[in-house]
Amino acid sequence: MSPRMATRPEATKMAVTPETTMIPTSTESTQKTATSTPKIRASSVNFFYGSFKALHDVSMEFNENRVTALIGPSGCGKSTFLRNLNRINETLRDTRLEGEITLDGQNIMDFDITEVRRRVGMVFQRPNPFPKSIFENIVYGPKINGMLKGTTAAEVVEKSLRRAALWDEAKDKLHESAYALSGGQQQRLCIARALAVNPEVLLLDEPCSALDPIATAKIEDLLVTLKEQCTIVIVTHNMQQAARVADTTGFFLMGRLIEHDKTDVIFKNPARRETEDYITGRFG
Amino acid sequence: MRPFEEDFKLLNNTLQEMGALVARSIRRSVFSFIEKNEDFAHQVIRDEARVDQLEIQIDDLATSLIVRDQPVASDMRLVVVAIKISTDLERMGDLAVNIVERSLSLMKQPPLPEPVDFNALTSTVESMVLGSLAAFSQRDATLAREIVSSDDAVDKMRAAIYNQVIAIMQMEPSCIPRAQDYLIIARSLERISDHATNIAEDVIFLAQGIDVRHRQLEGAPVL
Repeated sequence: MSPRMATRPEATKMAVTPETTMIPTSTESTQKTATSTPKIRASSVNFFYGSFKALHDVSMEFNENRVTALIGPSGCGKSTFLRNLNRINETLRDTRLEGEITLDGQNIMDFDITEVRRRVGMVFQRPNPFPKSIFENIVYGPKINGMLKGTTAAEVVEKSLRRAALWDEAKDKLHESAYALSGGQQQRLCIARALAVNPEVLLLDEPCSALDPIATAKIEDLLVTLKEQCTIVIVTHNMQQAARVADTTGFFLMGRLIEHDKTDVIFKNPARRETEDYITGRFG
Repeated sequence: MRPFEEDFKLLNNTLQEMGALVARSIRRSVFSFIEKNEDFAHQVIRDEARVDQLEIQIDDLATSLIVRDQPVASDMRLVVVAIKISTDLERMGDLAVNIVERSLSLMKQPPLPEPVDFNALTSTVESMVLGSLAAFSQRDATLAREIVSSDDAVDKMRAAIYNQVIAIMQMEPSCIPRAQDYLIIARSLERISDHATNIAEDVIFLAQGIDVRHRQLEGAPVL
């Protein structure tokens, strides 16, 4: 008798494939590329705050219609890296970027900054709605980008709020202040505002850290839906969140990308000891 | 050491305690059968309750770790494997009890017309049990692979005993009732080796993150 038949006779009838029974080991390169097309590619990125080098030779690809989580301890450079992907760091004085970041193969430095920000949207840690109505928050971006031709503002508002799973809760108070919404609703409003200009990439910097578990669950559900329409990169300190929503996960430590692989691999059998120590809480 | 590390250590140690207890029960059950030792048989029966208690304790520790620590990577593999190994060990303990029950029955009956040699089977099974537990304790995937590959030999030894005992039954039908006890003991030993193999497979998963169940070890794709 085969050993497992002692406990599970039915198991021998199962079709066995590597995909169903093997947990992949991470022996490949830390710069592993998944199966779909890279939407954003960072090559040998170094970043400096004055003389402080915050990122060291980071190369990473973000595939289309995938959620990528960036994890790592505070100060490891994950948010700095994220903020380079839509050139937000340019607003800081005395900073310098080396290396190349491409969007659909084109260097993002060659784009007009407005185009980068439209194509690569961003949501921050704390909800930051404009001190305006819900309606005005949504239409602001499309209006300044000249995107309201052939469509009405009301249509854009409804579509964006629906995409952010906020329509049912907000449809009866569109002209009330955005501050009247709860924290979780405000964060979904910020996502709706980002989606209103149809970004191809959505960057999220710890979007749930100020939210309760219910609001967090709504945002996470939303991300899984949104990835069908855009590429998502999320910085999170919540490793269970990364495990739940991300297709791939990158671990940063002291400004370096230590490991980037399928999320299952990172959380089941990471290749690097540093990753294992961090995700199991033994870091430091 | 941080609190959760203590919990993982306790899980590991409890599993080792259960493994040592079950290994002792198996050794005593074999001794009781071969040497017709009634005391050891009763000790195996007495120890079964402790084995069952340890299984429950391990499941409780493991589920608490899942709830409180949401383990990942090697911690997650230890928790998953602990639940599975404790189930295997509990069944091995039951099988040791089966053996001593048959041994006690055989002690009251005359021997079979010709001797049946269990030495090769018992020593191989015992070494598989000890080897799988040592592999767990040392996280030794190489030793675990050796255990997995021993299982076929046990199947052949059990088959040889079956053939001999069945021949005796055909030759001397009056000894069928006690000959059945020999078949049950051979079957129990073979199943103990199956569980030892399961443990060894789990050790490979624990140590290397590779699932080798239901496949040939050689040539298995490693992603």
